[in-house]
Amino acid sequence: MTAIRLLVWKDLVLELRTKEILTAMAVFSMLVAVVFGFAFSPSPDDAVRLLPGMLWVTLVFAATMGLSRSFVLEREQECLEGLRLFPIDRSAIYIGKALANLVFLFAVEVLLLPALAAISGVSLLPRLFPLLAVLVLGTIGLVAVGTLFSAMSVHTRIREVLLPVLMLPLAAPVLISGTKAMQGLLAGRLWADVLPGIRILGAFDVIFGVIGYLVFEYVLEE
Amino acid sequence: MKTRDWRAAVIALGGILAVTGLAMATLYAPEEKTMGDAQRIFYLHVPSAWIGFLAFGVVFVSSIAYLATRRRAFDLAAAASTEVGVVFTTLAIASGAVWGRYAWGTWWSWDPRLTTTFMLWFIYVVSLMVRAYGGTGNQPSKFAAVLGIVGFLDIPLIHLSVVWWRSLHPLPVVVRPEGFGSGLHPAMLQTLLVNLAAFTLLYVALFSIRRAQMTAMDALVTRRDESYQPAGVDLPAASLEVR
Repeated sequence: MTAIRLLVWKDLVLELRTKEILTAMAVFSMLVAVVFGFAFSPSPDDAVRLLPGMLWVTLVFAATMGLSRSFVLEREQECLEGLRLFPIDRSAIYIGKALANLVFLFAVEVLLLPALAAISGVSLLPRLFPLLAVLVLGTIGLVAVGTLFSAMSVHTRIREVLLPVLMLPLAAPVLISGTKAMQGLLAGRLWADVLPGIRILGAFDVIFGVIGYLVFEYVLEE
Repeated sequence: MKTRDWRAAVIALGGILAVTGLAMATLYAPEEKTMGDAQRIFYLHVPSAWIGFLAFGVVFVSSIAYLATRRRAFDLAAAASTEVGVVFTTLAIASGAVWGRYAWGTWWSWDPRLTTTFMLWFIYVVSLMVRAYGGTGNQPSKFAAVLGIVGFLDIPLIHLSVVWWRSLHPLPVVVRPEGFGSGLHPAMLQTLLVNLAAFTLLYVALFSIRRAQMTAMDALVTRRDESYQPAGVDLPAASLEVR
């Protein structure tokens, strides 16, 4: 437990001192949101339908960007070597990195959600808590597979290119269910109508959290 | 030479069945009521899709076995099955698109089974990429194994989420609650089964040939590295290890 806390602490301190990942992710996600605005120039009616898709695509892009940095940092100056020598269960490193990535992504969402709502003119407030529940579940899923793939792709020759092509097909359930559930909520559907999507998101989080935890040590080996 | 014999037998039997299956599909099976002759692509489409899924099942099992035992043989099995699986899934998608053009009037629709198969195809193409560009030593094998496990488990979730999203694909006609094959004319079912058997034998043959090729390639690399001894240099043991 202490080990995990230390690992998260290390990433957060590093980030607070450099502010590299957060700045890049935040600026990039805002830009993508603005570009979506140009591309679709949605009328208020369209916006309700388009906003969830815009949000999730932006999030997946931002997550891919932040996650690829996550292990590149560890690679510089042989940090990963140090982590490997650390006398703890290798899976603890997965949990630590995933939690840190989760914090970064939540921070981006805190900015992105109001910005997207303002740009598209959709009011999120009436259904804020259900929307946040969908967002949190989906984000956990993205980070669960993303952390694993980030550790994988950093060892390959084409690392920046490989992570997105790994992430997008594997995160498809999150994209589909997250978008559809949010569309349902924004269209004023009942909670029961979006429940199947929420269940899929929950199942995704549990399955890939556990799988990531189990197979991470194989990814970390030299 | 024993192994070559059984492989040759499988290929011969598969070839005979494939020709029979093709003849049955074009001559023996009755014409379908609404789709006409276009429906005959069914006898190619369903076996291809079946082999695609079978191949990825083999990848899943071999990947787990490889991570658990670290035996190169399981990794080669996963690699061979991925390649053959990608080919058959491509065939299934292409034949499905042509059939869809005639039956539905569109090349593509975002139906659950189409979308799931397409995503499956993507995941295993990426797996080929991981093998081709993966890191050093046996890392590509391990990464591909991890992807083989994660990808296979992802398929049901993708399917569920697309089902929740929309549905258009015809309902299953072979395995259904009213009994095996009850949705099909008997002659159609016989034709389908012959084609399924032919494709399965084809898969077994392609898979074992490809695996044997990869094993031979491995042995070749080992030999070459063993004989590579620069004059007057004492190589550390590690540099002689082969991936």
